[in-house]
Amino acid sequence: MDPIEFRLPHTLQRPQSTTYNEPVTHSAGPIVTGTSVIAFKYKDGIMMAADCLGSYGRMSMFLNERRLLTVGDSTLIGMSGDFSDYQHMRHTLENIMTQEYDMDDGQRMGPKSIYKCVSKIMYNRRSRLNPLWNTYVVAGIDKGEKVLGYVDYLGTTYETPTIATGFGQHLALPTLRKLVEGHEDEITEEEAVKIIDRCMRVLFYRDSRAISKIIRGKVTAQGVEITEPYTVETNWDVADSVDGYGP
Amino acid sequence: MAPLLEPSTGFKFDNVKRNQMLADKGHLLPRATKTGTTIVGLVYKDGVILGADTRATSGPIVADKNCEKIHFLAPNMYCCGAGTAADTEFTTNIISSQLALHSLNTGREARVGAALTMLKQYLFRYQGHIGAYLVLGGYDVTGPHLYAIQAHGSTDKLPYMTLGSGSLAAMSVFESGWRAGLSRDEGVELVKDAIEAGIFNDLGSGSNVDVCVITEGNVEYLRGYSTPNQRVAKEQTYRFAPGTTEFIVPNTTAQRGEEEGTAMDVSA
Repeated sequence: MDPIEFRLPHTLQRPQSTTYNEPVTHSAGPIVTGTSVIAFKYKDGIMMAADCLGSYGRMSMFLNERRLLTVGDSTLIGMSGDFSDYQHMRHTLENIMTQEYDMDDGQRMGPKSIYKCVSKIMYNRRSRLNPLWNTYVVAGIDKGEKVLGYVDYLGTTYETPTIATGFGQHLALPTLRKLVEGHEDEITEEEAVKIIDRCMRVLFYRDSRAISKIIRGKVTAQGVEITEPYTVETNWDVADSVDGYGP
Repeated sequence: MAPLLEPSTGFKFDNVKRNQMLADKGHLLPRATKTGTTIVGLVYKDGVILGADTRATSGPIVADKNCEKIHFLAPNMYCCGAGTAADTEFTTNIISSQLALHSLNTGREARVGAALTMLKQYLFRYQGHIGAYLVLGGYDVTGPHLYAIQAHGSTDKLPYMTLGSGSLAAMSVFESGWRAGLSRDEGVELVKDAIEAGIFNDLGSGSNVDVCVITEGNVEYLRGYSTPNQRVAKEQTYRFAPGTTEFIVPNTTAQRGEEEGTAMDVSA
């Protein structure tokens, strides 16, 4: 069968062969991106944070983005990676929640189900070689049990008391593991906020795609609460000791 | 006019081209032993504190569980090394002997700036092919100094510094904990915490923490300052209790029977 030639004016003209079918191509890479998300379990539930930046490559293009999302009434999702894929996921989840509501069977999708749902969507997309270029952190309290899980664009999933994505894995996870693991149920809300600020501060210092304006979300038995954006304090006293690069 | 001759001294980069060609053809190049590594340095009230882990890797294998990454340069200067183990070892040795000669020539204690200049000019000459990433610390007449040197020859002068694959884990500890005017004990604790963050969160770092405290006229080399990865005692043993094996004849002398069989032919 002869291949059909397309000449669409608004798309990129790629070299086309007239003798054989070109392979179908998919997402080449992320465009507008969000950097790290950090989350950990504490006494009352789970706390999560992310900054408010949408980067366009090396440019800090969007300074008021939200990467923390409430799904249903007891699930908090944090995203890092491509914003357009995130918006697609948000849309998909909204539709699923609506369908579940329409079923009117008295059942509500809890964090565990939403985590499973997101994992399956991500793995399915990767298996079709057209991934959603994101890493999600899904948190919630399901029938009294704290749920905190990670899903990435390969479909990798794991549940641990401390989670971080992207640069957060290198810069925040060591601190989170040291301060949280082993005694999640003793950390009060005040202490948890201090831990969040400490990690987000280090990320602002050392991640070149981060800003100091952040939002913090928490899930407790009462539901999901996301703060308004605030700025983490930074200390630049070290500047006094820096002078040149040699003798 | 005479044609441009090949220099008789200096690095010949011919093998670089050859290696690249071989690699393109699919030949596996030998893997250098790398140090993986977490190395740190910080300046405190009275001097400099250097820290390092002790794992040396060759690809995915741990080649040395307890190597020394804090190298001697001069009585008042030490250097932590990350990158290719051979390069850090030999580079610090070469500069150490040059410093000793320099010190004898000038009749003075060597300055940290001198070591820095020697190291960076040496490494720059080799255009990054000598994979030595160093944290240089020392105390000389002008006070305590801490420098970071990259393989390509660039240097940084900072009050706290981390290098190696575990540098991000260690830096997150420093960024939360460092402040000006730390005491010796606070500094050593912070260094230990930073290296342990690298040991436990980075696969290229492991085993023990070595610390080196350099103050005016004094050096404390604390090898194995922290050993959080000691091997646990074996749960079982290969020794068998007497009486494990049953035997029928309790008599230990062997019974000599008649010699059977033909004797060995030893003629000719």
